[in-house]
Amino acid sequence: MTQMLPPIEASRAIAKAPKCLAPSFTGGSRMTGWAGFIVLHAVVICLAIISLTPFFWLICATFKRHEDFFTHAFLPWSEPGRWTLSNYRLLFEQWPFAAWMFNSLFLSCAHTVVVVMLSSLGGFALAKYRFAGKKPLMLIMLSTMLLPSQVLLSGNFLLMYRIGWLDSYAAILVPGAVSVFGMLLFMQAMRGVPDELLQAGRVDGCSEFRLWWEVALPIVRPMTGAYTLLSFMGAWNSFLWPQIVLQTPTKYTLPIGLTNMLGLPEYQTPYGVLMTGTFLSILPVAVLFFILQRDFIAGLATGAVKG
Amino acid sequence: MNRDRLWAWQYRYAPYLFVAPFVILFCCFLLYPLGRSITLSFYKAAGPKHLVFAGFENFRFLLLDRLFWLAVLNTVAFTVAYLVLQIPVSLGLALMLNSKRIWFRNFFRFAFFSPQLVGQVFVAVIFGLLLAPRHGLVNRALGAMIPAIGTETNWFSARMALPAIVLAALWLSVGYGMIYFLAALQSVDRDLYEAAEVDGAGKWMQFWHVTMPGIRPVLTFLVLVGTIGSFQVFELPYVLFRPTVPPTAVTIVMYLFQTGFESGDIGYASAIGWALVLMILIVSLIQLRVTGLLREDAR
Repeated sequence: MTQMLPPIEASRAIAKAPKCLAPSFTGGSRMTGWAGFIVLHAVVICLAIISLTPFFWLICATFKRHEDFFTHAFLPWSEPGRWTLSNYRLLFEQWPFAAWMFNSLFLSCAHTVVVVMLSSLGGFALAKYRFAGKKPLMLIMLSTMLLPSQVLLSGNFLLMYRIGWLDSYAAILVPGAVSVFGMLLFMQAMRGVPDELLQAGRVDGCSEFRLWWEVALPIVRPMTGAYTLLSFMGAWNSFLWPQIVLQTPTKYTLPIGLTNMLGLPEYQTPYGVLMTGTFLSILPVAVLFFILQRDFIAGLATGAVKG
Repeated sequence: MNRDRLWAWQYRYAPYLFVAPFVILFCCFLLYPLGRSITLSFYKAAGPKHLVFAGFENFRFLLLDRLFWLAVLNTVAFTVAYLVLQIPVSLGLALMLNSKRIWFRNFFRFAFFSPQLVGQVFVAVIFGLLLAPRHGLVNRALGAMIPAIGTETNWFSARMALPAIVLAALWLSVGYGMIYFLAALQSVDRDLYEAAEVDGAGKWMQFWHVTMPGIRPVLTFLVLVGTIGSFQVFELPYVLFRPTVPPTAVTIVMYLFQTGFESGDIGYASAIGWALVLMILIVSLIQLRVTGLLREDAR
């Protein structure tokens, strides 16, 4: 479960689709010609089918009637009359799903904007300025990197209780705005911003804030895209802390709401509705991934610094 | 003139202003709770209102707490099983996709990576039904392909809980490892392979003596990151086995959550949290040491 860790390289590798290829091992010279080629592709295709099947099954499940849910592996193909849209209707009629979706969207977007702004601003300062206290600050930050976030749960819970933020979004957004990882990531990226460019801006009377916004940020745009995707996914999928803090069902986010649908006695769980909710919960992240993927390519293609 | 003074002022104090929001939040919501969780671990708590000083009682109890050590055992078993499978499968996929002759590389890369876009909670919800007894898709497939096993496997029993979590975890993250290995493979110097071939090294020798040293940093990284992540696994088993989690599926973080936020003893939960910190630190140091030594040997 490497999920909380950065698939930055990963998303880049996907976006870039490098053309250069290292020599291969499978289908090497000994497995001559077409035989090797076919075996290689057969294996890869089988594995890809296994990897994609849960998605296909999920989509099918959203159109299945409750009584068909386990009697048909995917969909009753021969009887299109048994396909149904009622899961979608029930999801919005019987459950506060629209509210959960809105909450998740709001919290994830707000979190992403705040954390990207703060991290890039702080990272810019760490990369491009010398100031008192920089060394100790970085030392403390680095030493907290290895700590698992769960050790903060009790302390933060008590703090939220004392300042009366329990069951409010402040309890999620404000502590969530701290990202040591984001700071270091932006610091690393912004080291590549040429000093001459900043100096030239200063000569033109540009304020430091505008240098950050109009010079440094555009240069690290591909990294920003990747980090945006990461932060959004992190917030969208976050479960433990919101589960501790939020109490009112209408304030729930998607992971918490869906998990509570599972809490019902076994035979009452509305499987089709649950799967529809899951499908709709995965969709926004997939859409964002495709949008930002193009953004990466554009960012890489235009090249930030010209000349 | 005034404008110039303003400019000079902002020029001088800009870095402080830029890091200030972060530093304030960092102190309030990271350093303070961190310190608080140290002091809390010396208290017995019943909800956030009732705190009683207990000295080292929590830590003494922790050492003898069978439920805690069972959770540790479960977590370690999961970590080992997961890494032993994830690393070779990811590497195998990467090697296949790195082949010169593969068609639709980008499509396959996306097919294997896409589960990574799904959060742990959603993966757990999906697998909760995929692994359903008898009529779940996994059991149907097992019954159809290996009749000896049949469709009767109960993935939610105490015995099969670990394989169930590992299965879901693998689906989620094999593609993630593959992407890293793929990037590493593509950075290995091609001339080295040609040199090895001239020296008469077969594919297998080339793999051990050219590819493995080339991807060792990424391998180390993935093992370390995988270990740290696995030690913190929570959502996957917690949601997968909802509402009744078998004792063999309780992980360290789940036990922390249950004691702290279901039973309300945030003091003992802090103690568990620090035990987790200690374990992760020790395991990381051992791994770094071992991989470091291996590198010395290779030279």
